[in-house]
Amino acid sequence: MYDVLIIGCGITGAATAFHLSRYRLKTAILERENDVADGTTKANSAILHAGYDPEPGTLMAKLNVRGAALAKELCAQLDVPYQPCGSFVLAFSPQDEATLQDLFRRGQANGVPELRLLTGEEARAMDPNLSEQVTAALYAPTAAICSPWEYCLALAETAVRNGTELHLRTAVTGLEPVEGGWLVHTNQGDFRSRYVINAAGVSAQAVHEMAAPTTFVIHPSRGQYYLLDKSEGDRVKHVIFQCPGPNGKGVLVAPTVHGNLIVGPNADPVPDEDVGTTAEGLNFVRTTAQKSVPSVNFRESIRNFSGVRSSTNRGDFVIEMAAPHFLDLAGICSPGLTAAPAIAEYAAELLAGDGLALEEKPDFFCQRRRVRFHDLSPAEKAKLVAEHPAYGRVICRCETVTEGEILEALRGPIPPCSVDGVKRRVGAGMGRCQGGFCGPRVVEILCRELGITPDHMVQDKDGSWLLVGETKGGNNHV
Amino acid sequence: MYDLIVIGGGPAGLAAAHAAWEKGLKHILIVERDKELGGILNQCIHNGFGLHYFKEELTGPEYAGRFIHMLEDTGVEVLLDTMVLTITSDRQVHMVGKSTGYRVEEAKAIILAMGCRERTRGAIAIPGQRPAGIFTAGAAQRYVNMEGYLPGRRVVILGSGDIGLIMARRMTLEGAKVLACVEVMPYSGGLNRNIVQCLHDYDIPLYLSHTVTDIRGRNRVEQVVVSKVDNRRQPIPGTEMVFDCDTLLLSVGLIPENELTRQAGIRMDPRTNGAVVYENMETSLPGVFACGNVAHVHDLVDFVTAESQRAGRAAADYVLGAAPSSDSVLEVNNGDGVTYTVPQHIRPNRVEKNCDLFFRVNRICKNSEILVTSGAQTIAKFPREHMAPGEMEHIVLPRVLLERAQEDITVSIQEGASK
Repeated sequence: MYDVLIIGCGITGAATAFHLSRYRLKTAILERENDVADGTTKANSAILHAGYDPEPGTLMAKLNVRGAALAKELCAQLDVPYQPCGSFVLAFSPQDEATLQDLFRRGQANGVPELRLLTGEEARAMDPNLSEQVTAALYAPTAAICSPWEYCLALAETAVRNGTELHLRTAVTGLEPVEGGWLVHTNQGDFRSRYVINAAGVSAQAVHEMAAPTTFVIHPSRGQYYLLDKSEGDRVKHVIFQCPGPNGKGVLVAPTVHGNLIVGPNADPVPDEDVGTTAEGLNFVRTTAQKSVPSVNFRESIRNFSGVRSSTNRGDFVIEMAAPHFLDLAGICSPGLTAAPAIAEYAAELLAGDGLALEEKPDFFCQRRRVRFHDLSPAEKAKLVAEHPAYGRVICRCETVTEGEILEALRGPIPPCSVDGVKRRVGAGMGRCQGGFCGPRVVEILCRELGITPDHMVQDKDGSWLLVGETKGGNNHV
Repeated sequence: MYDLIVIGGGPAGLAAAHAAWEKGLKHILIVERDKELGGILNQCIHNGFGLHYFKEELTGPEYAGRFIHMLEDTGVEVLLDTMVLTITSDRQVHMVGKSTGYRVEEAKAIILAMGCRERTRGAIAIPGQRPAGIFTAGAAQRYVNMEGYLPGRRVVILGSGDIGLIMARRMTLEGAKVLACVEVMPYSGGLNRNIVQCLHDYDIPLYLSHTVTDIRGRNRVEQVVVSKVDNRRQPIPGTEMVFDCDTLLLSVGLIPENELTRQAGIRMDPRTNGAVVYENMETSLPGVFACGNVAHVHDLVDFVTAESQRAGRAAADYVLGAAPSSDSVLEVNNGDGVTYTVPQHIRPNRVEKNCDLFFRVNRICKNSEILVTSGAQTIAKFPREHMAPGEMEHIVLPRVLLERAQEDITVSIQEGASK
């Protein structure tokens, strides 16, 4: 019997598992994919919002500002790339300037620190590539950027180190109320738990309806992006938004913690978790972004992707006990990444209010470090390679990722099982050649370490196989 | 301190190192990131290499083998499985390798011979799903020829670059069905001989003025949609063809791999994506030379060899103090019809007898003349029956003509000029 089962290991599930792992509880996460952070968490703008956008009084408002402060500490403790770069919302017209005034007032009501209204000239002085058409800007110095998948991984890894079980490839198929809790049916057998937390992202409505009558409807909304080469990484210094509209915060232009430039998203309603891109969507993103920053050079594009927001008809996060011993953490669209650690705290409060005893563990371990070869000084590199030669073999030449870092990930608490799993952990394949060079070498290392043959290796999710089999001559010679 | 460090042990690095050794440099180091010398030639197991240079047909590994053999008794040092991380402007080379460790070596001269990489899906923004099964042609070639694995059974190829054409044949020989080769331009990007030998001989259709407009499949490629494009390369609605396939190979261009070059502050040419070079392949940083695909993308390894030998000899002259000092410099401008030239600068007093000039045209040109002008004066003319962007052009300018040039020179194409 578990105390808590968390369904879904995106940022919300991982943050909740991390937070609960400080208490004496028997907790498990059930994740249907073969890795954590494999849904919306890996495909979003990677922004930690300051918190001026949500309507005061909403859960979004409350949890955004608290989450932003917690994220800063957590990223430092858990070695997650984080840059406090600040953000601008741009105005191009008197109407936009009125919107900035509204946002400024909202931000003050929400308790966002250090907000300032700037003139167009002041904004351009701070970020010279902004359009000449910008008439004013709202500056939020506490906005930041992070690596969302590494954030999720770090939280999940730390939870696992503190005793949380992670069951990958475990899809929930049904929920049955039983004496004192729930019987959770999955494709991997049944789990019994006192409490169930629904952090299933875009699938949260489906999971909710296994336990309770419908209380919210998810309207998946897809956002498409461009990721540009590091040669464009300095195009802007801040996260650049336009005025928000009914479909979200609009198209942004922002640096990434990896040194690239991210541009997007649009908002298309989609029936399900369709993460394709379209010519129209990408075209909209390009032309809209150029209104903010005309000089963005899209010839330096290295990847397009899209992610699906789990927006709901409720217009706010859905965080509530939906049935006895069943907690929804649903509708976690933007600013969900930012709010995640605050959502986790709030979830724990709700469970405690429902009778779950939260007793702190004296031995809770909250630290994480990994080698980032590229960032070391020459002397540090020399010392590391002398001690561990595997750090001397560069596998990904675009990002300078070494075999040592991949081996370290494979020996971590949540080892990767796919080429993209390696990419999310160490950055191999994230660069300008997009794995063209390192892909076969990553496959070779994964197969060697996991004891499988290359024709069983996947790019990302189960079923995303890379190779159909041996060539006619076989591979006996290699 | 080394006389010369050569970065990259592919065809360019091998030829450059050998030529420098022949010219008298004795303390030479080649740094190669792979586990063996030869570079990309090792996975090019088809024949057709060496027709110009050796006057015989070799496979890629055989071609590389000739140069590796030539270096055997020279005392040229080689570090394998070693990656160069940084080059400084005072010619220190930082490198790292599993058995090399972290090393910093100094050199009197450096030759950049890092080659190129393939353009990817992201660079051309192909819309659609993001399943597995989309490979650059070179990555697929590595899986088939080096690792012994077949990437897919039903294949569409986007781009008619040479590697894509070669892989159309290679995948067919391995039992895969290549359904189509799709090229957005109205002409092929590869060598004519590859169109004939790799597509026509295997009845693989080539769709010119077409492109991929959608990729379908959640986990693995299931379908690729191909549309005709108009003369502005925009897809024409209603012309979609759907191919059921599990693999899309991309052969959509090569990009010189110049991260080290940029980091060292060397002046770049946005047209070649390589360093700006002088007639002897020297870059803007004295004593640093670039040759092969890192300088500009070649079609034939034979030309890489010749260019790299020039760079190797020039590096030797530099180290041995044999290069003349005071120089006047002619800039080479791209006139009508010309995409780029290499070299971009010529110092006439450094040209021995002739200066080799390479360039590409930006369109198919029939019955044309290549004009080399300096101000109002035409200093040379070369008739050509047929020129195409996929085939690099080569002209030879005698020193005497260059000395006659009063100002910068321009290379341009005059169509319909010759009979």
